[in-house]
Amino acid sequence: MIAIIDYNAGNIRSVENALSRLGCEYVLTADPAVIRAADKVILPGVGNAAAAVAELRRSGLVPLIRSLRKPVLGICVGLQVLCRDSEEGPCEGIGLFDAHVRRFPGAGAVSKKESLRGMLPATDSPGAGDERPVAKVPHMGWNALGNLDGKLFAGLQGGCHVYFVHSYYPTLGPDTIATCRHGDTLFSAALRYENFYGTQFHPEKSGAVGGQILRNFLTL
Amino acid sequence: MVAKRIIPCLDVKDGQVVKGINFLGLKEVGDAVEMGRRYSAQGADELVYLDVSATFEGRRTFVDLVSKIASGIDIPFTVGGGIASLDDAARLLDAGADKVSLNSAAIADPSLISRIASRYGSQFVVIAIDARQLDGRWMATTHGGHVPTDRELFSWAQEAQERGAGEILFTSMDHDGTRTGYALEATARLCGILSIPVIASGGAGSIGHIREVLTAGQADAALAASIFHYGQITIPELKRELAAAGIPVRL
Repeated sequence: MIAIIDYNAGNIRSVENALSRLGCEYVLTADPAVIRAADKVILPGVGNAAAAVAELRRSGLVPLIRSLRKPVLGICVGLQVLCRDSEEGPCEGIGLFDAHVRRFPGAGAVSKKESLRGMLPATDSPGAGDERPVAKVPHMGWNALGNLDGKLFAGLQGGCHVYFVHSYYPTLGPDTIATCRHGDTLFSAALRYENFYGTQFHPEKSGAVGGQILRNFLTL
Repeated sequence: MVAKRIIPCLDVKDGQVVKGINFLGLKEVGDAVEMGRRYSAQGADELVYLDVSATFEGRRTFVDLVSKIASGIDIPFTVGGGIASLDDAARLLDAGADKVSLNSAAIADPSLISRIASRYGSQFVVIAIDARQLDGRWMATTHGGHVPTDRELFSWAQEAQERGAGEILFTSMDHDGTRTGYALEATARLCGILSIPVIASGGAGSIGHIREVLTAGQADAALAASIFHYGQITIPELKRELAAAGIPVRL
């Protein structure tokens, strides 16, 4: 049985759907006894990290989460709340992952349209040579993973794409087990500390690659 | 680097996909979930489901269908057609849609954009603009391009962005259905003035057209319907050719 921690974390329908597709039994719960008895725990999260941390503290579940020794997976904001702190709010995190959560540089503060250099006709095509930044915020869409490390990524190769939707990112550090680049920013796409795992991307929306990552987590 | 997206668009009426879809020479009309799964398996990056039902009953069926789609597919999907209020958007979010696409309702009441975006986030709000050239100006239209509005494409797109839209889905009604290529200049101009992603739509007839709109047209994503549905080009071959041309795509 998988416990999805229920703490008003926003719309988590897609996580439930993904577990159903994988034929996995799950329960959405805030009951400490049920969480303790589960084989694996998923900490979802959509929206604002400061609000999520506040909800989690209010629920009284933080000491329980810290004490878990079974595999725990934080997804998106569920990862961010497990970091040291976040610029969103700003707020203190639970501090299991040795990483900080920072905002992507906003429009105008990032590199120019490198992606199209060499692909555009040499002459003045409309908009060519404009100063529009390439790294849009939020970072939304499919991006490639690099530096994959460990069992969560068993069967996958660097360069595989997963789906991201976020404006804040976890920094690189000793707990980084996958990286991703958005504009000039290289960040942790996934983190691991002991039995705690986190993905900044949404494996539940990431097609076959995401399905593999979830299966890997479920068989840890 | 975020990959450029390929997005098949499926029209749904009374819960069924309408317009034939041709997979492996077999023409099918019907199961929206099954068709979405097939496109997902082929490498589509996202799906758009457009409700073309004209009746209240048809629209209710669509919400049920969105739940089934959300259960059945593992990539993001956008739903559009007839969304006229915050409640409509909320129902579709609850059913599992990743994004909603608004068109004429946003033109009638632009504050709807900010109301949905501030409640559910900009990433949830796509503004669809069906535009055509009238006396040399790109003007937004409604009712499938038949009814002109007083909204000019570029200023309307900018206003939508300022009001909190997360994405613009630009369809050139001058190009839609012609299979002669996308409206490259207008798409590039739109991308130049916006900081949110632009999905180009209308006119895809070949792999070359899609390549053009993602390079010269600067679009973040290309949407097409019939060329995929009738099997004229398949997504795997399209993606291979785009990758060979140096365009970042998810393979």
